[in-house]
Amino acid sequence: MKNTIITILKKELKRFFSDKRMAFTTILLPGIMIFVMYNFMGDAFSDMMTVDDEYVYSVESVNMPESIKAMLDSAGMSGGLKDTDAQSGEKAKKELENKDGALDLYIVFPENFENDIAVYNSTSGDKAPQVEIYYNSASTESQTAYEMFIEMMDSYESSMANKFDVNPDSDVQYDLANEKDAAATVFSSLLPMLLLMFIFSACMSIGPESISGEKERGTIATMLVTPAKRSHIALGKIIALSIIALLSGISSTLGTMLSLPKITGAGEEGIEANVYSAQDYILLAVIILSTVLLIVTLISIISAFARSTKEAGTYIMPLMIVVMLVGLSGMFSDGAKTELYNYVIPIYNSVQCMTGVFSFEIIPFGMLLTVITNIIYTGIGVFVLTRMFNDERIMFNK
Amino acid sequence: MKELLSIEKLHKTFKLSSKQQKLEHTNSKYKVAVDDISFKAYKGEVFGLLGPNGAGKTTTLRMLATLIKPDGGDAILDGASIVNAADKVRQKIGFLTSELKLEEYFTPNYLYDFFSELHNVPENIRETRKQEIFGLFGIGKFAEVKVADLSTGMKQKVSLAISIVHDPDIIIFDEPTNGLDVLTARVVTDFIQTLKERGKTVIVSTHIFSLIERVCDRVGIIINGKMILCDTLDNIKAGQSLEDRFFDIYKETVGTEA
Repeated sequence: MKNTIITILKKELKRFFSDKRMAFTTILLPGIMIFVMYNFMGDAFSDMMTVDDEYVYSVESVNMPESIKAMLDSAGMSGGLKDTDAQSGEKAKKELENKDGALDLYIVFPENFENDIAVYNSTSGDKAPQVEIYYNSASTESQTAYEMFIEMMDSYESSMANKFDVNPDSDVQYDLANEKDAAATVFSSLLPMLLLMFIFSACMSIGPESISGEKERGTIATMLVTPAKRSHIALGKIIALSIIALLSGISSTLGTMLSLPKITGAGEEGIEANVYSAQDYILLAVIILSTVLLIVTLISIISAFARSTKEAGTYIMPLMIVVMLVGLSGMFSDGAKTELYNYVIPIYNSVQCMTGVFSFEIIPFGMLLTVITNIIYTGIGVFVLTRMFNDERIMFNK
Repeated sequence: MKELLSIEKLHKTFKLSSKQQKLEHTNSKYKVAVDDISFKAYKGEVFGLLGPNGAGKTTTLRMLATLIKPDGGDAILDGASIVNAADKVRQKIGFLTSELKLEEYFTPNYLYDFFSELHNVPENIRETRKQEIFGLFGIGKFAEVKVADLSTGMKQKVSLAISIVHDPDIIIFDEPTNGLDVLTARVVTDFIQTLKERGKTVIVSTHIFSLIERVCDRVGIIINGKMILCDTLDNIKAGQSLEDRFFDIYKETVGTEA
């Protein structure tokens, strides 16, 4: 009689995979879309945040000493430098504020700046000579020019009275976070939520069709008059849907993992998914598998309850919001929780486990508990679904 | 003759929504669809359930097919009770009704195999039976065409073939000729006769008099959920045409109840 499960499973898979359009949009498309979108977004972000190499900064200055002009020149920022007087200050500030001119910086030095700093004694308690730099942080060019100029002034200041240096050697790596830690931070904050989202949306796109759809079209009734056990029909459907959801999830995950380095802008620093070992991936696969089973079961129950595919979609929304929020919780938590009760809360336990795997803080007993409880919840779900298949008020509520 | 079907005081009540209450002009929240119906059917006989729309024919047959459960009474089909042994009943019966649809995406050939597997029919037997029934109904020509692309008549033939993949002894047909053209309807009537010749018990519900007159041995007349009359076809007709007789009975029943 176990054959029935296989028969239903094969039918569901055949239904899905022989429909090329459905298979493509559910399995391949999400991965491709995510890859393309994230890469595009990554490029767009970096384009937005960087200034063209050829760009000529437009700087107006009052009383700028020659020594500083020379520094600007060597930094390649003197192309658009213009001397002006204090009277034009208001006009320049307006221009910066409204972003309606080419101006990027307006810098005001005291009249005898070089002299003032030469005689200034920092222990005297007098006010130090002031340099005022006006800029607009909403303009990438102005902001960049400001940062460059500040850096220049810092080094100018320290060159005058160099008492000590911080991190001066460019050959030494001072940031001791290794590749693994960097990856852990990025992946563990983003991936649990994304994975959960991918799995859920995959389940959502196929579950209602397979259960409410069959109910709506009256095809499930044809199966219900055969001696096939209701529990076998339920299991066959859940397993088939899980397989499809997993494939879709894998596709989305691959798309994400391959494009994450780009979107986090850490490409050059080498944030790669290959810091994780085969064991990590196996653990992840087990966690995801148990989670998929649970989500598919939940969606199946909702779909069996709904009168039509459309209605099922409406009923699933609240569940989706809850799952998304739980997924988000992983983003703001600091590593996986150690208290074991966290691992019996459905969905939340999966997020904790995934965070654990991605941040190399695996809590073995928590993982075990998650998989076991997920399977128990799925079992309860299958039981409920079987009861629903047996209930004429649910199966024939037109 | 061996008694294969025994239906005892089958009862079914449906809850009405407030909208349905208005439609039916009633304040009662419940509607008795099947009101203590009893009848028997024997091996090798065709039993007809005759009645107007909404009389409770389909509800009765859905209960026999274990799709819905009775509120009261029971039916024993070849020794299995629809109340206590629904699984066993499903093995023994073939059920055809417009409510049971075939997945439009698949071909008749695939669906035949699929339902054979659900009925645990061994593969070699399945192939022999398939060839025979596909030949009888001429399904072979469109065996690989998706159900979605078939005509109503073709679909009905496929549904018929699939309802009996397991060669059941009891076959329940709910309005089997509804919506069919005369040619296909004829195929269905002939098929019922073939089943009878093979010693099968067939329960047919219909409101088409000619179908009853052509195939049925005994007839039960159902009006408003009650079995008004249940006898052999000849006894019921009592020398009249079935149509005239039915209208007399209908007038008597509804007239006395009103």
